[in-house]
Amino acid sequence: MSYRTETTLWIAQRASAAVLALCVLVHLVTIIYAVQGGLTAAEILGRTRGNAAWFAFYAIFVLAVSVHAPIGLRTVLIEWLGWRGSLRDVFLVIFAAILASIGMRAVMAVFA
Amino acid sequence: MKVSVWRSAAAGSYQEFEVPRQPSQTVLDVVTYIQRALDPTLAYRYACRVGMCGSCAMTVNGVPRWTCRTHVDRVLQKDSLTIGPLKNLPIIRDLVTDMTEFFDKWARAKGQFKGGATKQDDFARVPPQSEKRKAVDDGIECIGCGVCYAACDVVAWNPDYLGPAALNRAWTLVQDERDVATLERLRAVAGDAGCHSCHTHLSCTERCPKQLSPTAGIAGLKRKVLSSALKGEL
Repeated sequence: MSYRTETTLWIAQRASAAVLALCVLVHLVTIIYAVQGGLTAAEILGRTRGNAAWFAFYAIFVLAVSVHAPIGLRTVLIEWLGWRGSLRDVFLVIFAAILASIGMRAVMAVFA
Repeated sequence: MKVSVWRSAAAGSYQEFEVPRQPSQTVLDVVTYIQRALDPTLAYRYACRVGMCGSCAMTVNGVPRWTCRTHVDRVLQKDSLTIGPLKNLPIIRDLVTDMTEFFDKWARAKGQFKGGATKQDDFARVPPQSEKRKAVDDGIECIGCGVCYAACDVVAWNPDYLGPAALNRAWTLVQDERDVATLERLRAVAGDAGCHSCHTHLSCTERCPKQLSPTAGIAGLKRKVLSSALKGEL
């Protein structure tokens, strides 16, 4: 069964990488644009608060990170530490949950 | 020239020899000279001497190479050479490695051809210009020397990794129109330590003495596994 797990993880990592490539680009362009105009934090918050489109964009960004990073970390743990087994997987699920929760906390801070 | 040669097994060390330079001298000539003239206890492996058998591969100045096809002129650094056994393989003695695991991985990657035709069937007609046949041609010349395996970073980090040669073999069979074990093979190479472990460092492609690209074959396997998974076949 390991071939199904490995293939699913590989697809998830590649798909999330494709999403991240787009998200990072939009994120960077937005930052540069916002800074150019001399926007204050209050003005930025004024535009993001209650804006469903920005909420959806950053929620997807956070979700993609939460999928992508733990799968990459899994490979690092195998190759550098030789760590395999269910305890490692529990660690990675917790890591993914932490990434998702702190990411969504940041998203909510600029949305709510 | 000064030649440092690995002696003993994993816990060994380099021993220095002084070897006279000759015109058109190969690294294999150097090793042979040491064994015949300086130290008959030196263990090394070779057979054809002309780049056909792949048995004389060693690490020369840190790089895995066929010693029979490597001229000293090309690799000599400050009038010295360092010759060791291939990396990523257990050392039996001196320059001889145990290649059992290397070839076992070919079997684990389902590297055996499995045909579906019987002797009553006509010959399979595979057009030489077909895409699949061309893909087979790109990888089929591998002679199993182990240079790519010794050059692979992923094998060094994850000893279970099937490695470039075994995966290249699997890819040529996946592209073989006569073979009927594609799905079984894709399952074998998609598991833990299979094709998805490749980081595309291209060390195998860089070092292959036959100028093959196992990296391209591994990428092909990833694509094939992906399409099979999306179709729900895997």
